[in-house]
Amino acid sequence: MIGTGILKGMAVTARNFVGSYFEKDRLITVQYPEERSPLPENYRNFPFLPYDGDDPHAGLRCVACKICEKECPPQCIYIVKSEDKKPDYMGKPQFYPKVFDIDISVCMSCQICVEVCPFEAIKMDKVFELSRRERFDALLLRKSDLAKSNEYYHSICPTDAAGVDAKLAGAVAAAAKKKAAAAAATPPGAGSTSAAGGALPTAASA
Amino acid sequence: MNVALEGEIVRRLKPVFGYLHRNHEKIGENATYLSSMPYTDRLDYFCSMTNNWAYALSVEKLAGIEVPERAEYLRVILAELTRLQNHASLLGFLLNDMGAWGTPLMYAFREREKILDLFESLSGSRMMCDYMRFGGCRCDTPPGWMEYARKLVDAFPRFIEELEKLVVGNEVVIARTQNVGKLSAELAINAGITGPMLRACGVNYDLRKVDGYGFYPRFKFRIPLGEHGDTYDRLMMRVLEMRESVVILKQAFEQIQDGPIMNPKVKIRAFRPPVGEAYGRIEAPKGELGFYLISDGGTNPYRYRVRPPSFINLTVLEDLNLNPHPY
Repeated sequence: MIGTGILKGMAVTARNFVGSYFEKDRLITVQYPEERSPLPENYRNFPFLPYDGDDPHAGLRCVACKICEKECPPQCIYIVKSEDKKPDYMGKPQFYPKVFDIDISVCMSCQICVEVCPFEAIKMDKVFELSRRERFDALLLRKSDLAKSNEYYHSICPTDAAGVDAKLAGAVAAAAKKKAAAAAATPPGAGSTSAAGGALPTAASA
Repeated sequence: MNVALEGEIVRRLKPVFGYLHRNHEKIGENATYLSSMPYTDRLDYFCSMTNNWAYALSVEKLAGIEVPERAEYLRVILAELTRLQNHASLLGFLLNDMGAWGTPLMYAFREREKILDLFESLSGSRMMCDYMRFGGCRCDTPPGWMEYARKLVDAFPRFIEELEKLVVGNEVVIARTQNVGKLSAELAINAGITGPMLRACGVNYDLRKVDGYGFYPRFKFRIPLGEHGDTYDRLMMRVLEMRESVVILKQAFEQIQDGPIMNPKVKIRAFRPPVGEAYGRIEAPKGELGFYLISDGGTNPYRYRVRPPSFINLTVLEDLNLNPHPY
């Protein structure tokens, strides 16, 4: 009989309508600004630069190797290398970024910068309410906006942050061990710098 | 589209392509191999996982990279989940355009949302996943992911049945889709149509069986075929393919083992494949998606060509519309 197909369809809509009051599976949305569903730990949105300790300048892990600038697909990273050096987390003098800008109106949060960084110096943030009234540089983040403490990184990605800390601590320990071994093997004053350099995570040459 | 109409009947139709031209191929040639990966997400934002896979497959062919077993299984799982959400939303959009204002579309998007939650907790982004890499996948599944995915797939047939009930016997859908937009198998083959649209004409051609890429030869599944090549057959193809996807997913969840997710030999930074060319193709939800890459040994591909499914499927749009109407 004509019309039974439509009635069957109506029964489905009725079941969905009534079901949405009782079944969690049938109503999965939340009332956004008041209610928020928790973000998964892997969620990523826009990069930031974690720093160790309290001082964003001294603790910044970035050594201005510019690999992320080169690999960034939309080319939204701009880095100027410093002329002088500052000690990194292992105490070895390294360059640091004099300018580190990310235009997050261009950034597409692909996290390739995070993947290619050999120094664990750039990580993905979880911020998403970023609308601005200005058109041009309101979303151009400078080094001071991008630098966020390691504690913040721990608060947004506890598992990853713990892994990174363990890796960096391991590198420091290995370097100290190697240095001690080199100091024991060779007379003081010779070869100690190259031994410490060997344990660093090395940047790709290309 | 330039269309000449007589009432509801199309007398002439010329699709005008190019308004969405994004210079994708030139960008691909100027970017490193890795940098192109997130751009493939944007080719078809409903199926970013399968786009990733097609690109990764062609780079793997180009450089001769092996993929670990777990990564291959995960790729199959993600591709089939993509197929589920793509087909579900396709049906929703079709019904939406036929006048069922939003209701079936919202049901489809509700199920899609659950799949996107899975993608988000795995890759960090709902639609722009950027998850696969040449030589494997970017990261392993978070704890509990597989159980959640299993539960979702077990519950999915209920949704397929409901969607089918909305569509199959519905007199309005039947009147407006059966014998409308008929496509003959000959024309479909000649025009290079692929995917569910080709199979709706009764041509048994599915790259999952023909190429047997990934681990698809390890799964038992059937290829649904249409008979008439009209809109109704194309619509039902999606329903049947979703059923088969659920079958594949259940087998994949049983077979997947723990293991490495990434080939450790692959260098992500400054990746340089050897000189040569490769064409990697997969059965994306919309048809054959292929990437043709020519390498001159540098960090960028010398030539980067995408063989898109929908663009080529749309070339028969006029023939579909001009074919004799039932009224």
